[in-house]
Amino acid sequence: MAATQEEIVAGLAEIVNEIAGIPVEDVQLDKSFTDDLDVDSLSMVEVVVAAEERFDVKIPDDDVKNLKTVGDATSYILKHQDA
Amino acid sequence: MSKIKPSKGAPYARIMGVGGYRPTRVVPNEVILETIDSSDEWIRSRSGIATRHWASDEETVAAMSVEASGKAIADAGITPEQIGAVVVSTVSHFKQTPAIATEIADKIGAGKPAAFDISAGCAGFGYGLTLAKGMITDGSAEYVLVIGVERLSDLTDLEDRATAFLFGDGAGAVIVGPATEPQIGPTIWGSEGDKSETIKQTVAWNDFHVGDVSNLPLDSRGNIKFPAITQEGQAVFRWAVFEMAKVAQQALDAAGITADDLDVFIPHQANERIIDSMVKTLKLPEHVTVARDVRTTGNTSAASIPLAMERLLATGEAKSGDTALVIGFGAGLVYAATVVTLP
Repeated sequence: MAATQEEIVAGLAEIVNEIAGIPVEDVQLDKSFTDDLDVDSLSMVEVVVAAEERFDVKIPDDDVKNLKTVGDATSYILKHQDA
Repeated sequence: MSKIKPSKGAPYARIMGVGGYRPTRVVPNEVILETIDSSDEWIRSRSGIATRHWASDEETVAAMSVEASGKAIADAGITPEQIGAVVVSTVSHFKQTPAIATEIADKIGAGKPAAFDISAGCAGFGYGLTLAKGMITDGSAEYVLVIGVERLSDLTDLEDRATAFLFGDGAGAVIVGPATEPQIGPTIWGSEGDKSETIKQTVAWNDFHVGDVSNLPLDSRGNIKFPAITQEGQAVFRWAVFEMAKVAQQALDAAGITADDLDVFIPHQANERIIDSMVKTLKLPEHVTVARDVRTTGNTSAASIPLAMERLLATGEAKSGDTALVIGFGAGLVYAATVVTLP
């Protein structure tokens, strides 16, 4: 079953917490991965791969650079999770 | 049809000795920062690299190889004349022909062994090792010298902040010889040519040969840039960590062991972040010693695995008889992984 926006943000929060050690409550839609959440370009790849597994979605390398904020990633997953 | 006598080789092969050569000049991140806008902290956090070695004019591909080979031959306890084949993996020997392997074979006093170069990027050591094992078990050679050697400083764009700090120079060599029991496992190797643009040389050599050079990249002073290695960082990272972890696991499975049976993990020293993530993805147990030579050697492509192996043995972090998983991966994209007993 497809995840809701709320579930995706919660899932991303757990992933970012695991990879970058950021408290889950800090991971919100408007937060930038690199500027606010200490997720650099390589950690972002780890976040993306973990999100792919968790939400059963494919996020190609070319699309990763467009995912600047938690909101970008959430929208992307919402849109592609049933594809 | 005449009957052809079959060749007869040793039942198995093993790595008998290892040797390395690191250029005299140690280059700290401060030197890299003279040409890129970055910081020591940024470089270390993205790559783990603090210093690397850059070769002088005298420390040629051949000269570094001869030094490393001499150590490997001594470590193996053989004489140069016993070497039946010399395999050199390099992408930074700048004469297309002849192969540098023949010059090296001559300079080490090996007589007239088979000698040739291979191009398999950062997987070159595993490719060479696999060829050597085949030669020994089919009887084409009793002892094979496998060399990984690079002068990547010659192929580094010092104005590219994504790669200027990554590469280093050096040579690593091993002697592979006969064994009475398996000490080199099955190789899991392959290529993914659909990703050939992921790591590549910026321009081809013959782009300099044609009359119109207006399309060639220029440096900040307006001079035509020498070709350099460039890569798509995130794509390489994803492939190296997650796809190569699967290949590493296949190599363990093919050797009939699990991660618990390993003593040492020697991945290609591309970037410490890749190494960290591979260790995590492979769920390697705490007791496994992990090579982190990249911190002080940088990425030396085909030379990185034998150099890291030599250092682990020299420092006592690993010992002769230890079981090690080695995996190389890089431009091609190509990869090769196998389990070996350390010499």
